[in-house]
Amino acid sequence: MTTTQSAAAEFARRQQSPLQRVQHLLHGYPWLSPLLILVIAFVAFTAMNSRFATPSSLGLLLQQTAVVAALAIGQTLIILTAGIDLSVGAITILSMMVMATLAKDGGMNGIVALLIGLLLAVGAGLLNGLLVTRLALPPFIVTLGTLSIFTAIALLYSGGSSIQADHLPSILNFLGEGFGPRGGFRLTWGVIAVAVMYAVVGFALSQTAWGRHVYAVGDDRESARLSGVGTQRVLLTVYTVAGLIYGLAAWVLIGRSGAATPNAIVDANLNSITAVVIGGTSLFGGRGRLVGTLIGALIVQSLQFGLSLAGIDQQFRVLATGVLVIVAVSVDQWIRKVKA
Amino acid sequence: MSADAPTTDQPVATHGGLFSTAEPSSDRTHPVLSARGLVKTFGRVVGLDGVDLDLFPGEVLAVIGDNGAGKSTLIKCLTGALVPDSGEIRLDGQLVHFKRPQDARDAGIETVYQQLAVIPALDIASNLYLAREERRPGPLGSVFRMLDKKGMKERAGQAVQDLGIQTIQNMGQAVETLSGGQRQAVAVSRAAAFGGKVVILDEPTAALGVKEGNQVLEMIRQLRDRGLGIILISHNMPHVWDVADRIHIQRLGGRAGVITPSSHSMTDGVAVMTGAMRLED
Repeated sequence: MTTTQSAAAEFARRQQSPLQRVQHLLHGYPWLSPLLILVIAFVAFTAMNSRFATPSSLGLLLQQTAVVAALAIGQTLIILTAGIDLSVGAITILSMMVMATLAKDGGMNGIVALLIGLLLAVGAGLLNGLLVTRLALPPFIVTLGTLSIFTAIALLYSGGSSIQADHLPSILNFLGEGFGPRGGFRLTWGVIAVAVMYAVVGFALSQTAWGRHVYAVGDDRESARLSGVGTQRVLLTVYTVAGLIYGLAAWVLIGRSGAATPNAIVDANLNSITAVVIGGTSLFGGRGRLVGTLIGALIVQSLQFGLSLAGIDQQFRVLATGVLVIVAVSVDQWIRKVKA
Repeated sequence: MSADAPTTDQPVATHGGLFSTAEPSSDRTHPVLSARGLVKTFGRVVGLDGVDLDLFPGEVLAVIGDNGAGKSTLIKCLTGALVPDSGEIRLDGQLVHFKRPQDARDAGIETVYQQLAVIPALDIASNLYLAREERRPGPLGSVFRMLDKKGMKERAGQAVQDLGIQTIQNMGQAVETLSGGQRQAVAVSRAAAFGGKVVILDEPTAALGVKEGNQVLEMIRQLRDRGLGIILISHNMPHVWDVADRIHIQRLGGRAGVITPSSHSMTDGVAVMTGAMRLED
C-alpha cells in the first residue's frame, strides 16, 4: 500500500517539469506573478531615477494609488462574479459632485452631505445589481448604460463646474489630511481609509460564507444555485457593496485632488479593471485574490509614476500599461490550464 | 483539539448536518416521499402529465425512461428546481411545497445532479459545505461571521472516509484537479453527509468508467442500508437491474408502471419504456 502510493507520488513528481511547477505555484498563489512584476518595476525605476525610492515619492505614490486602489476593490468583487463594471468612474463622480454641491459654501452640513453622497452611490450600485439580477441583463450592457446615465446626471447636477476645496466643509477634505511629512513621507487619512477597506473586504472574501458564495457564483452560477447558494442575493449584495466602496472612493478623491471636478478620473474605469486583471483575478470569474488587486493598483500607478520620473512621454506610459494587461491575461489563461 | 467554546449559535448548519445519524423512520410500509398527479408544462410542451411516485425508506427506486419521457422534469419537481403546475408532493406524509432547491434540501432531500453542481475553483471541503457553511464558535463566528475552515475540512474528510472513498485524500484540493469519478464521489459524499431522508441521483454513473461506476453503485447500497430512500435515474440498464429494488418506468410524461428486477427482465423493462409492451395493473 505504502509502496504503491510512494511510487505513484514519485511518478507524479517526475511528471512535472520546472515550468509546470511554476504553473502550479501560480495556480495556488495567483498574486505571486504580480508581486514579482511590482518588485521588478521598483528595482528598475530606482535604477533609472534615484528620486523614485525616496520617502516623499513613496508617500506620493500611495496617495496617487489610493483612489484607483479603492475603486478596484469594487471592481474585483464584480469581476469575481464574472461581471464587469464600466460605471465605476461615473458613480464616483456622481457621488462626489452631489456631496460637494450640497455642502458648497456651507449650504448643508458636511456630514449630512457626505452621507447623502454615500447613499446615492449605494443606490447606484443597487440599481446596477437589480438590472443584472431582475432583468438578467449582461453586466457589461447594464453598466455601459448606467455609465452614460450617471455621468450625465453628475454633469447636469453640478453644472459641469469644479468646486475647490476652500468652498467645502472640512469633513469632505478630511481624507486629504494626514501625518507628516516625516523625512519627506506623508501619510494621508485617505490612504489609511483605503487600507482599512482592503482589510475589511479581504476578510469578508476569504473568511466568510458570503465570500465563498461570491467565488462560487462567479465560477459556476448554475452549480452554485443547485447547491443552494442564493445567487441573486449574492449578486445584489456585490453590486451594492461595490457602490458603497465607490462612494467612499469619491470622498478619498475630494481629499486627494483638493477639489470636486466632474471630469476627474476619466481613466478610472480602465485603470480599475487593469489593476484587477494585472492582480491575477480572472475576467471569467471565480478566481483571484483581493491582495492581488492591491498589488495590481500599485503596479499601474508605479508604472505611471516611475516612467514620468524617468522623463518618458505620457503615451509610452499608456502603451506600457496596455502591454502589461495583455501579458497578465495571457499568464492567467496559461495558469488555468493547470493539470492535477 | 476540542476547544470547549460555547457553541450555542452554530448558525448555518441546516437540516441533518454531517454525522447527524439521520434516523429515517424504520416504518417501511409508508412512503418517505410520494407524489400524486404531478403536472408540469413548458409553454405547449407537456413535461409531466399527471405522474404518481412512491419511495419507501431503505429502498432504491430506479426511474427509467426514454429521452423526453419526463425523468428530469420529475426529479426537478421533487427537488425544488422546478415548481409543478399542479399535483402534490408529500414527505413523510406531510404536504410540502418546494419553491427552490434549498427548500427541498432543508426538508432532508439531497440531490446529485447530472452536471454534478460542484464548483471547480473551490476545494473539496468548501464544496461539501457549500451553502451550509459552519462558523467558528464564539464572537469570531457570531460577530465576525468567520468560517470554521479547519473543522469543516476535518468533518468533510471523515464523511468521505465513511463512504469508503480512498481516491480522495486531500480535502484542500481544488475540485477542478479531480477526475470525473472523484468529482462524482465528492457530489455523492455531499448528498450522503447531509441527506436526512432522501437522496436523488441523476445519471450518477453516466460519465464514469466500469470501476468507478461500480464504486458509485456500492455507495448507493451503503446509503440505502442506512435507511435512506434513494431515487436513481439512469439509462444504464445493467446498473439499474443490479442495484434497484423497484423500477419506476416513465413514458410520455406519465408513469407506465412499476416493476422489480425479479419480476421483469431488462428486455421487458425496455419494452415498456418504448411502448412495445404494456403493463397491466
